[in-house]
Amino acid sequence: MWQQLRRRFGVPLAVAIISLLGIWLIAMVLLPQWQMIDYSFHPSLLPSERGGVKDVWSLTNYATFFHNDIHLAIFLKTIWSSVLVTGLTLIVSYPLAYYLAKVATPGQAALCLLLLIIPFWINEILRTFAWYIIFAFKGPLNELLLALGWIDRPIRFLNGDTGVLVGMVYAYILFMVFPLYNAIESLDTNQIRAARDLGAGWGRTHRRIVIPHAKPGIATGCIMTFMLAAGSYAVPALLGSPGSRWFTQIIYNWFFEGGDWNQGAAYAFLLLVLCIVFVTVIMRVFKVGLGDIAK
Amino acid sequence: MSSSRFFSWALKAYLLVFFVYLFLPLVIMAAATFNESRFPTITPWTGTTLQWFSALWADSGMWSSLVNSLMVAVGVLCLALPIGIASALFLTTVDGRGKSFIYALILSPLLTPGVIIGISTLIFWRGWGLNGGIALTVIAQSAFIAAYVMLMVAARLQRFDRTLEQAALDLGASQWQVFRRVLLPYLKPAILSAAVLAFLQSLENYNTTLFVAGYDTTLTIYIASKVRTGLTPAVNALALLMILFTVGLAMIYEFKRRREAASRPG
Repeated sequence: MWQQLRRRFGVPLAVAIISLLGIWLIAMVLLPQWQMIDYSFHPSLLPSERGGVKDVWSLTNYATFFHNDIHLAIFLKTIWSSVLVTGLTLIVSYPLAYYLAKVATPGQAALCLLLLIIPFWINEILRTFAWYIIFAFKGPLNELLLALGWIDRPIRFLNGDTGVLVGMVYAYILFMVFPLYNAIESLDTNQIRAARDLGAGWGRTHRRIVIPHAKPGIATGCIMTFMLAAGSYAVPALLGSPGSRWFTQIIYNWFFEGGDWNQGAAYAFLLLVLCIVFVTVIMRVFKVGLGDIAK
Repeated sequence: MSSSRFFSWALKAYLLVFFVYLFLPLVIMAAATFNESRFPTITPWTGTTLQWFSALWADSGMWSSLVNSLMVAVGVLCLALPIGIASALFLTTVDGRGKSFIYALILSPLLTPGVIIGISTLIFWRGWGLNGGIALTVIAQSAFIAAYVMLMVAARLQRFDRTLEQAALDLGASQWQVFRRVLLPYLKPAILSAAVLAFLQSLENYNTTLFVAGYDTTLTIYIASKVRTGLTPAVNALALLMILFTVGLAMIYEFKRRREAASRPG
């Protein structure tokens, strides 16, 4: 590898390239992750006790998690809700991605893509804040439903998970639409036409032609959406209530309210493991590799 | 034929609903800026006012957090751009054993939840005496933004014609000159778009920054704390300004892209 770099760029540039890459991967990715994992297997100690007799590897921090029914329940709820968000986002995004890739003219598609990007250049906090206004107890949604006579008294949307789910689908839609769009776009339109000519209905054409072809896109979109949903802090913090806490909020509390970084590191590692498991499962189920995801 | 017509009609209706869903929240948020009500809402409309813009202007916390955000974003550009470009050069030059492992490592920050990147950076650098603040935020954000830069630069590098390099070398250029005069000019558009993306990603980041910002509150953290405590429509005024800023940027970007596409032969 060094030879190839040197031959193309010369020694000084090759050294610069290797150093920058090395600093990044070692000091900014690998070592911090390793340190976090190491932290999670140590008890929380005073600075004076570090390196002393009490500074041993232990599973205490993980035992704390598995013995805490509330935290366990929140962890499971985070998984289930994130899967739900991922599924909902997929359903909402698919027709749009199909339209952009196969129905729209190039001009229409470019316009739609631009329209799609605009809300996503505004940060997640503000996107979520917009829903906070809509869902407020005396907000426009309740007023509208009251005016239509569909409800008798305002609903507290911000109590419970409804607000969180809607807010997350809204916040992460783009991460599903783009991979789907890229995947469907590469499908030869003649295949769809052929299926139609041979008598396949719309449902069947999608089930047998479009969806199998879009698999890598579906996998990528699902992985990104799940990861963002499970790791989200802003949406549950703004649209949730104390009764609908997210696992990230528990992690945050260990760090900045409980002051137990080792315990927090253990919880963070559990979240990381969850995401790795999800990515692996999806890549197996859809039979895609890492290269497909990076597209 | 009728089923096909039904589907195309349904698709159009769906599109309409989708874009209303996409933009209505932003419109409502923007509209609430002009409502006199002390709490940001559009129902009931208590009177039209511009007072929330002056309230925003007078908010010193907002200004200092904006300055922090800009400093972080500039720092991220200085760190993530060189790293991302170097990684792209690395990946498009070498092959052989170990490359796919390094490739997986490079992509891993994109598949790691932002909170984890923040937490691991916080823990690691505490061991070196560096606590939460602007410097740590720059490091933590660059850890994953560099991967985006790499993807964008690598996409353009893959279409690069290596014979150009060979020609320059044959004509007596040094390797440094080839890099400086041939490769970098070719990569310039990709580096510029990557810089814009990195800048925006840095400005809007919340999950990672939350853990590493320390007392150097950034704009997103400031907005989030405002939403939870002491919420007034001044936040909406800020949101409206940010929307206008992004729409403006998006339009410039789109305009440039179209002009470039038009000037490209074929």
